[in-house]
Amino acid sequence: MKIHEYQAKKIFKDYGIPIPEGDVATTPEEVRNIAERIGKRVVVKAQIHAGGRGKGGGVKTADSPEEAEKVAGEIIGMNLVTHQTGPEGKKVKTVLVEEALDIEKELYLGIAIDRAADQEQPVIMASEAGGMEIEEVASKTPEKIIKVGANPVGSFSGFQGRKIAYGLGMNKPVVGKASKIIESLYRLFVEKDASLVEINPLLLTKDGELLALDAKINFDDDGLYRHPEIKELRDVDEEEPLELKASNAGVNYIKLDGNVGCMVNGAGLAMATMDLIKLAGGEPANFLDVGGGASAESIEKAFRILTSDKNVKAILVNIFGGILRCDRVASGVIEAATNMNLTLPMVVRLQGTNVEEGRKLLQESSLKFEVAEGLFEAAEKVVALV
Amino acid sequence: MSILLNEESRIVIQGITGGEGSFHAREAVEFGSKVVAGVTPGKGGTDVDGIPVYNRVIDAVVNEGANASGIYVPAAFAPDAILESIEAGIKLIVCMTEGIPALEMVRVKKALKGTGSYLIGPNCPGITTPGVGKIGFMPNFIHKEGNVGVISRSGTLTYEVINMLTNLGIGQTTSVGIGGDPIVGSTFVDMLELFEADPATDLVAIIGEIGGNAEEEAARFVEEKMTKPLVGFIAGQTAPPGKRMGHAGAIISGGKGTAAEKMKAWGDAGIKVVENPAEIGKAAVSILNS
Ligand SMILES: Nc1ncnc2c1ncn2[C@@H]1O[C@H](COP(=O)(O)OP(=O)(O)O)[C@@H](O)[C@H]1O
Ligand SMILES: [Mg+2]
Repeated sequence: MKIHEYQAKKIFKDYGIPIPEGDVATTPEEVRNIAERIGKRVVVKAQIHAGGRGKGGGVKTADSPEEAEKVAGEIIGMNLVTHQTGPEGKKVKTVLVEEALDIEKELYLGIAIDRAADQEQPVIMASEAGGMEIEEVASKTPEKIIKVGANPVGSFSGFQGRKIAYGLGMNKPVVGKASKIIESLYRLFVEKDASLVEINPLLLTKDGELLALDAKINFDDDGLYRHPEIKELRDVDEEEPLELKASNAGVNYIKLDGNVGCMVNGAGLAMATMDLIKLAGGEPANFLDVGGGASAESIEKAFRILTSDKNVKAILVNIFGGILRCDRVASGVIEAATNMNLTLPMVVRLQGTNVEEGRKLLQESSLKFEVAEGLFEAAEKVVALV
Repeated sequence: MSILLNEESRIVIQGITGGEGSFHAREAVEFGSKVVAGVTPGKGGTDVDGIPVYNRVIDAVVNEGANASGIYVPAAFAPDAILESIEAGIKLIVCMTEGIPALEMVRVKKALKGTGSYLIGPNCPGITTPGVGKIGFMPNFIHKEGNVGVISRSGTLTYEVINMLTNLGIGQTTSVGIGGDPIVGSTFVDMLELFEADPATDLVAIIGEIGGNAEEEAARFVEEKMTKPLVGFIAGQTAPPGKRMGHAGAIISGGKGTAAEKMKAWGDAGIKVVENPAEIGKAAVSILNS
């Protein structure tokens, strides 16, 4: 789960990580009031679940409250396109207004779980070359990024913070402050079941102060059950409406650009089915995993979701029946298609337990299903229908 | 012969009194598996279809000689159940539970290190040795005894592949679903090592997915250490970056972990990679007959 910068900064504050003074607003008037309260130059920052806002025109400075109101008018309601939003961009509803600080140096600090077999633990990453070009740095000069693995079974050790701080070329008074921030960030990562935390940039001021100018926290969805306070921070407006509807229905759905809708049980088989559609010369309209216990209701919900994508011209149902029997799947498909008055051409491929009974039910129904046996045969048949 | 699950395996089911646990314990028994005990704290002294239930894994070890475990407990309790199995000296631990936080798995893996126990999963379909038994979700009817090892990160896609092999008359030594989470107990490399050493396995079918670097690590191992032939498929050739395709592990991030990269790594390592998953069986036949 992702949250906004302003929400992440509140969590930083709870953990004692210094942040600039600021507040959130949804109208230019509010922005003006906040700027007046801050009483100096401010930055107005678009709050969307994506980075790269600076480069996309979503972060602007203002010298006066009047100017802050003006730039807020430009940012609020804009469709912000960054390299992380995709070409469709994201609509800005909320902005963070905070004091503009003089930038001496922009550092990078982040924590993620390193999946490499010799790590399999959180790794703290830091770089002197922070700011908006960090992705370039990571891909072109990875040696500029310091990495320190951290074992969550033991406690954080002071040397880990020092290893990074001295590695960033810091001097004595700053080293202590940096180590404290690193330790706090690590504690936050572990205690809140984060999957990624990032401070980019971590600002070093002329007087040797460190502040988090940006804040990003992604949470491990599997850890949310034990963090109700984090769950509350979810902003459903940031999610694709169909994907949101699907997740509420317990179906795993991702919209794609093609016109062949597919409904599959199991994530791996669902991806393989998309691949097969492409190999057969078609374009998949979605990824859809109905899960293990596909019932008539869940099949109907899945059909409703995938057919609300108006690009869908034909549907492929591909189910491997194990414990879930094919005849039950077949009756579920027939029932759902009848209830919904589904007229789109459809290919159904069943494999596994009671497959003969399942196919027979489909063939004998009054609905016009094409029945396929082979995996590739199914893909070819459905592609021929669009 | 086989890997991990063999004639000596005596299985304890953790969570046997739950809906999933009891259902799959019965299926496993029907398949011929030696399910010797169940564990559910608080239900010790009862039984499920005559299988004795204990409060603690250690009791199942002492009284029934359990040396393998299957875990069907909810995500909030599963890490504890795995740790209990490790502590009791169980050598093969198979965890089917979905939704365990990644940081819990980090801790579990630290505890596993150096114990010599194998953990399969979590969030996996389990392990099956045809003719011997199974732990997990795999449907009973798809398997056949033979000489091909199967390793996969997926669920139903694994069943498709096993079923395809069986229908072509090709049996399996052991089939293992290692699970789709970012951190799993056993990796492709761990399983490849065992299949390479298993005299009964002549070929390995390996099914990967987008995301992470498990496939790349497998490629390195195959190149350096494997003498046996392999056929492979990677699911997610058409998946867009940045989206979680069901499995927490299946997400392409920062341009890394794409199917194209993984297919190339496998091809370069000498694995016969098929683009079309329906052709895995045929590819296996052609290698076995050559
Ligand atoms: N409070 C601030 N004071 C001064 N400069 C800032 C402030 N907040 C952000 N900036 C500048 O704007 C850039 C982009 O802002 P940031 O919050 O990192 O957004 P993004 O990473 O989405 O581009 C930063 O790298 C920094 O140079
Ligand atoms: Mg930033």
